[in-house]
Amino acid sequence: MTQQADNGDSAVQIGGNKTAAKVDEYIVEIVSDSGEGAQKCGQTFGNISGKMGNGVWTVEIIPAEIQPPARSPAGASGIRIRIGSKYITNMGNEAELVVAFNEQVLFSRIANGAYKEGTIVLLENKWETDPDEKIRNQYTAAVKEFAEHGLIVHELPIEEACLKIVSNARKGKNMFVLGMISYIFSREPDLGRKEIANTFAHKGDKVIQPNIDLFDSGYAFAAERLDYLWEIPPYTTDTTKPTIITNGNQAVGLGVMAAGMELISMYPITPATSATHYVADVFDNVGGFVHQAEDEIAAMGFALGASFAGKTACTITSGPGMALKTELIGLAVMAEVPQVIVDVQRGGPSTGLPTKVEQADLLSSIYGEPGDAPKVVIAAATIEECFHFVILARKLAEAFRIPVILLTDANLATGVQPYTRPELQEEWLSAPIDQSPWDDSVPAFDWDEGTGLSQRPIPGQRNGEYVLTGLSHTDRSKVAYDSDTNQTSMAHRSRKLAALQKTLKPPKVHGDEAGGDLLIVGWGSTMGAIEESVDILRGQGKSISTLHLRFLSPLEPGLKEIFSKFKKVMTVEINYSDDPNGPLITEENRRYAQLAMMLRAQTLIDIDCWSVVYGHPLQPGMLQAEFNQRLDALNN
Amino acid sequence: MFGLKADWSVDVFERYFTLGNYAGGEARWCPGCGDFAVLNTVHRVLRDAQMPPEKSVVVSGIGCSSRLPHYVGTYGLHGLHGRALPLANGVKARRPDLDVWVGTGDGDCFSIGGGHWLHAMRYNMDMVILIFDNGIYGLTKKQTSPTTPTGERTNTHPEGSLLPAMNPLTVTLGITNVSFVAQVPDWNPPLLYETIKAAHKHRGTSFVRIMQRCPVFSDDFCKPYQDHPENMLLLSHENGIPAADNVKKLFKEQIEHDPSDWVEAMKIARDESKLPVGLLYRDPGAVVYEDFSAKGLNKTNEEKLAAINTALDAFAI
Repeated sequence: MTQQADNGDSAVQIGGNKTAAKVDEYIVEIVSDSGEGAQKCGQTFGNISGKMGNGVWTVEIIPAEIQPPARSPAGASGIRIRIGSKYITNMGNEAELVVAFNEQVLFSRIANGAYKEGTIVLLENKWETDPDEKIRNQYTAAVKEFAEHGLIVHELPIEEACLKIVSNARKGKNMFVLGMISYIFSREPDLGRKEIANTFAHKGDKVIQPNIDLFDSGYAFAAERLDYLWEIPPYTTDTTKPTIITNGNQAVGLGVMAAGMELISMYPITPATSATHYVADVFDNVGGFVHQAEDEIAAMGFALGASFAGKTACTITSGPGMALKTELIGLAVMAEVPQVIVDVQRGGPSTGLPTKVEQADLLSSIYGEPGDAPKVVIAAATIEECFHFVILARKLAEAFRIPVILLTDANLATGVQPYTRPELQEEWLSAPIDQSPWDDSVPAFDWDEGTGLSQRPIPGQRNGEYVLTGLSHTDRSKVAYDSDTNQTSMAHRSRKLAALQKTLKPPKVHGDEAGGDLLIVGWGSTMGAIEESVDILRGQGKSISTLHLRFLSPLEPGLKEIFSKFKKVMTVEINYSDDPNGPLITEENRRYAQLAMMLRAQTLIDIDCWSVVYGHPLQPGMLQAEFNQRLDALNN
Repeated sequence: MFGLKADWSVDVFERYFTLGNYAGGEARWCPGCGDFAVLNTVHRVLRDAQMPPEKSVVVSGIGCSSRLPHYVGTYGLHGLHGRALPLANGVKARRPDLDVWVGTGDGDCFSIGGGHWLHAMRYNMDMVILIFDNGIYGLTKKQTSPTTPTGERTNTHPEGSLLPAMNPLTVTLGITNVSFVAQVPDWNPPLLYETIKAAHKHRGTSFVRIMQRCPVFSDDFCKPYQDHPENMLLLSHENGIPAADNVKKLFKEQIEHDPSDWVEAMKIARDESKLPVGLLYRDPGAVVYEDFSAKGLNKTNEEKLAAINTALDAFAI
């Protein structure tokens, strides 16, 4: 069978002088059983590509279980890497080449529409001769079925080649595959070797050398056996600026440090935890501390205690954790304690889809607490913003004496992208806590009539003694049950949002500022996919534009004016909304996507929405098709 | 605090604090409530330790006892039901210079805050936890608490509380890294003072269960010990809570108990025929969490920026 494939139409002239075909971009996937290292392989490939000046976006394919059964479609674990000669902002459409460690894991990817006719499959062929007849039959049937799907399958003795170097191919096959794809995409082999040496630096030469050997043999193996060779020229806009490459959770972690926060108080939860894993590795060096609390509530309480004592702290969590923290977030609002809360959103409700993306915590973040609890909610649209928005969040939290929720999601958390290396600023760090005596004629909540803002005494400041309380309180933080105190203190806390909103600029329209047919409004991680599809349609002469919101509470100004310049405005979101044509659905009972609901209420404009909860990031192709339909409907 | 020294000179402190410096708002508990005794004692211990009022923080949850911060003139954090301990731990985490007190009750600590109780004891951060245990939910008017005696009629169990009452001493003693466990009735002022003073002196989390009178909702909770002191067992030891002879005289039942003896402490706690009074256990060597959490406080901005830059280098292309 191997022999046949090798001699088949698209394969291989051994040796021959191959020349690399230049392409503008390419999407590769590596899919395996859980624990075979496909993700490490893909991340390293992404790093190498970034270092070679390419635009890169990687997305992990994660099964929700730690050890799903081997060779099962549901157990597909892996990674997609999209590289290009341009800035890449999303996972793109179908992959063009996939390396698969077994044939079964491909089925779930095919079901997800990850591949198209002509997608090249480099498939481990050891299953063909497996002692278990059932496996042999499964394999043969699958290879046939893949061909029927239009996939171009090359069955390759990957394991056999690895066993020449290591005794257990399960550990190491990933580096062999890294060598293969490094060859196929003309990556500099030295960069690969360096990455491997870095990755295994703490394990020493005994581990580094065999992995480099595996990489080199994979490289030679592909050169010898495969006729595929592409070159993706560097992304050339500005290669002079120092660049870093991180995923969104690492960016959040770096942001926490660059913001000068000295404490992350957290409880493990997917997909947020890896942000803390990263910080835990390096926090000591900046004098910070990770507190792993006994539960989500305690994580928030601990952070709040530290913030009250003058050290604004950060808690990083995901949907179920947000639910548990709700009451304490309410206390932070009521008692005006600065607090940074990062919510790495995942599929909900309840345990939902822990490893997959959703943008469904918007309304619960803004309105989640019982009682009126005005707070700042912002959302990062790129991995770079995951870094900068943490710094912004701390500043806002302290300046407005308010909790700030930063929304990211599983797509940003695990996506990897190169971006301009931040130039650290001393003013990003928090100021040392003020321990000078407090002027005791100034109450602890000296609310400014115009803005609701006030300075707060920090424990240790003489004459500043006050009792923080979640009960309704006067400006001197005295418990007060009277009507006027409650009414005016609520007004002051709410006014802070209006004061912040007044400092914001209207969002920029990507496209026609003067207006046009269709305006797409997005927030969070969907920006890349939305803008890419809008750009393609605009290239075809369509009147479509987009704008992307970063501030959700308060909302950015000028929205009504911008919206009214377009024939139709719709949001695109990854949260559930009713299909207007679904059974029983009428204009009266249709449930809109979350941002759409807010914008409709705020602007009184008939804003539509398109939203899905497939658990994966939005693909530009999908959006293009949807936008085309909407544009046709508008113009007919 | 003022006094002549051997060389006839006088120490004059820049600031001298009187009880008035620790006074907060006017306490609004029911007449006869044991909380007043605890409040007065806290004021006295603070005064005698000459703690600058701005350096102490009194943290609480929700309940009658959790009003404590409002009645102490230091900084205070009146938090949420059950959450006093994580809040207090957070205050201490990066501010080891602050003197932290927690006021909590049997419902707040043993029920809704039960999870935090176990972990706070294990963190063993330097603070005093005063548990105002009256065996009832008072603020919400007479519901069963974990320490309500079996058969006690409450508004949630009008036919009588169903389960055996929880023994908070054995639970606390069973927690790894526990470092200070004491029990004291609120109606013995000298003993209450000495116990809270010892708790305040101890570096680590001092767990003080105070048998607290609630004449309105759970009069029967303390009565058996008020009326029959022989139902209490005074623990004496040179390393225990000091008690003057006239205090000792009130206790018919006494034993010598070395507070470093954990096994004996557990035995005493487990024997519910007598209510132990005094210091059950102390381990001055237990690990204190802020020794980890407060590391690196003195880093300069320059050092921080350099370290973050090094962190960024790892991601450089």
